[in-house]
Amino acid sequence: MSTSSIQFDRRSFLKVTATTGGGMMLGLSWAASAAEISEAPFMEAMTFNAFVKISPEGVITIMSPNPECGQNIKTAMPMLVAEELDCDWSKVVVEQAGLDSTKYTRQVAGGSGSTPASWKPLRTAGATARQMLISAAAKRWNVSASECSTSNGVVLHTASGKKATYGELATDAAKMEVPKDVPLKAVKDFKIIGQSHKAVDNKKIFTGKQEFGLDFKREGMLIGVVARPPAFGMKIKSVNDSRTKSMPGIKQVIRFGNKVAVLGSSTWEVLKGRERLAIEWEVDTKLESSADHDAKMTELLGKSLEKPQRKDGDALAQFEGAHKVIESKFEAPFLPHAPMEPMNFFADVREDKAELIGPTQNPGSARNAAAQVLGIAPEKVSVMMTRMGGGFGRRLNADFAAEAAEVSKLAKAPVKLMWTREDDMTGGIYRPACHYLYRAALDAQGNVKAIHVRGAGLNVGNPLRENNFPAGAIEHFLAEGHNQQSNITTGPWRAPVHNFLAFAEQSFLDEIAEATGKDPVQLRLDWLAKAEKSPVGNVPYKIDRFRNTIELAAKKANWGKAPAGVFQGFSAYFSFNTYVAQVVEVTLEAGQPKIKRMVCAVDCGVVINPEHAINQIEGGLVDGLGHAMFSNMTFKDGVPDQTNYDSYRVIKMGDTPPVEVYFVENELDPTGLGEPALPPLSAAVGNAIFKATGIRLRKQPFSLNGLRNV
Amino acid sequence: MAEFTLKVNGTKYKVEAAADTPLLWILRDHLGLTGSKYGCGIGQCGACTVHVNGESMRSCALPVSAVGKAQVITIEGLSKTGEHPVQQAWHEVDVPQCGYCQAGQIMSAAALLKKNPTPSDADINSAMSGNICRCGTYNRIREAIHVAAKKVKS
Ligand code: FES
Ligand code: FES
Repeated sequence: MSTSSIQFDRRSFLKVTATTGGGMMLGLSWAASAAEISEAPFMEAMTFNAFVKISPEGVITIMSPNPECGQNIKTAMPMLVAEELDCDWSKVVVEQAGLDSTKYTRQVAGGSGSTPASWKPLRTAGATARQMLISAAAKRWNVSASECSTSNGVVLHTASGKKATYGELATDAAKMEVPKDVPLKAVKDFKIIGQSHKAVDNKKIFTGKQEFGLDFKREGMLIGVVARPPAFGMKIKSVNDSRTKSMPGIKQVIRFGNKVAVLGSSTWEVLKGRERLAIEWEVDTKLESSADHDAKMTELLGKSLEKPQRKDGDALAQFEGAHKVIESKFEAPFLPHAPMEPMNFFADVREDKAELIGPTQNPGSARNAAAQVLGIAPEKVSVMMTRMGGGFGRRLNADFAAEAAEVSKLAKAPVKLMWTREDDMTGGIYRPACHYLYRAALDAQGNVKAIHVRGAGLNVGNPLRENNFPAGAIEHFLAEGHNQQSNITTGPWRAPVHNFLAFAEQSFLDEIAEATGKDPVQLRLDWLAKAEKSPVGNVPYKIDRFRNTIELAAKKANWGKAPAGVFQGFSAYFSFNTYVAQVVEVTLEAGQPKIKRMVCAVDCGVVINPEHAINQIEGGLVDGLGHAMFSNMTFKDGVPDQTNYDSYRVIKMGDTPPVEVYFVENELDPTGLGEPALPPLSAAVGNAIFKATGIRLRKQPFSLNGLRNV
Repeated sequence: MAEFTLKVNGTKYKVEAAADTPLLWILRDHLGLTGSKYGCGIGQCGACTVHVNGESMRSCALPVSAVGKAQVITIEGLSKTGEHPVQQAWHEVDVPQCGYCQAGQIMSAAALLKKNPTPSDADINSAMSGNICRCGTYNRIREAIHVAAKKVKS
């Protein structure tokens, strides 16, 4: 990165913020302070560690190493550092770090893992720097470090009344020995963590200055688009690019593999150029349609598995002698991620090194994939992450970054490759389609003796999370999951597998409650009590946390006490070590269900930045609602039927009911929030609609079920 | 290729481009104004929303040749330093997740408030129905528009 313009921008940015006390970025008065920018000489900030730099003027720069895709990690991570550093948050400048495996671990936005993985290391980085500042002050004043304290960016020696700001101490402090095993604050002493702080990039976002991947520009770079096979299972037969090459704005046309890149100096020209390519495609492998997929999954749901994912007791025997069996099939379609910013990446590939810049949730895998396609060592590839216009798992994949690298290499030029919305939506790597069959065996008293789940998905891997509740509470439990290969490509999609499994599982629990005359909340509480008293097999969830979360949601939503005409549905789910329980309320308008309110209780341990945590959970519910209601991806002979937001329906403002979020308060280590709020939502919706209409929704999207409002 | 003279954020620009080039790509590629975003290219998502003579328009669906002498305002020109009441309200409510849609949301909201300074929830839902937020920040956007409306009033 040594020669990039980003480096330059960062420096001048620091210079600017240094002279305005950082208030421009973080303080409430940002609108006024832009005018105060002056050209005062910039003094080098002192580096304390991979996360903390302090300039003699007192600007505290905190590096945020993880990719930002809207989870607001770029605010949360620095808060962890600042808390232990004990500094003035309004003086903090946050800088996005590039990929650097020598300094940082797990630079990934995925698996709801950024927060839990950084909880200790980032606080330690702050505490360590603080200790060095104290040591420098103690040395300067010739007092014992143990007599010094800190407050809001100042080191104090109470006995003598001496004080010095972090800026004044920075130069000396950065040279102090790095202390080991620095103690961390107790939760009750937190001043920054647990308070809401505004997102650090707000001003740039609201004024159009925030750079996303697609906004990146480098002098001399080419803009490129790629023609890819129109159907899964097709390949290029022939290409005639003469009508494209003759266009004035087109610089290069490059065929690589089964794709053709069109490069030029402006987006519109390359888009037009691509349209003028005459490409003949031919069938390579079988062309699949949604009907084939459905038939395959139906077939697999009829087949047992020799090695089930989980087997407690003997469920099949229980079904044979059961007084009553209830059985339901649930279906969820393929889904594209459709982040607002389509895929894109910049690559500048030289003889034996490459520079990549763009939106990725996993810069490490982008680097490795690029290195592989270029045939150079991964250390020769640098990756700088831009802010992402959403990820939802799509950007955990490295295909688009590696593709940009390949095209830059072939073009011998820096290239920004962009995907149109159509490219993005039809280009593959979807949430897998998956079907489930749930069965429960009841005895004459209405007790559930056995549960049997069988899943079948396309390129889904294991379609089950077989240790999910109510496993652990059911004596005879059988879980079998089939995976079917398909040439429709799939990948992680916000809360992989959970996002459709929870729909089936939590809807079926509601069906059990209905069939046995139990209250759905009480049924879950009873089973948790059972799993606590006499656990069956592996129980990965914590009973008390799950119970508290369920009870909090029920209490806040006034479960069971809804006014006449309001119908409630319940759902509760544990994923990514976070506990979530939800109540959705539905009314009927002209006989059609209308979602009125969504209430969500969460136990994610300590909440770092409450407002952003709430935002993330709200987003999870809205996302869950939209996809359950409207979103569908289907195929005809390998060609996706949905290509853009006109044919692929996403949730809009008018579809969005109010969301209420409540946290279970405790002092446990934080867990992630990017994913866990989404999975249970669709079942809560379906369960509420059942209460309102008597119609049990088992197939997503719900709009297929002939309900007008949904 | 033809030459067009555009007035964007109060500044006159001359650009050379094909007549059917959408204003969005003129702004982004030719003028370096990348605040207006590309999300769909077919007028379905609102990420590219700008004001043309005060009306909110999808710049991806507006050919440069149709702009004529109209005054174009982009997110960069909505206010000098972010002091527009809608921008302030967006900060107060801390609206964004990824932020990619927000320039378009802000432009649509600003146009709405100009026409209707005290919009109801239903007014907001309908005026904002062409702006997608894939992150699902709709409730915050609605709230921020109410906050901005109060600011405009006082
Ligand atoms: S990019 Fe213009 S409306 Fe989507
Ligand atoms: S904030 Fe991400 S699309 Fe709206």
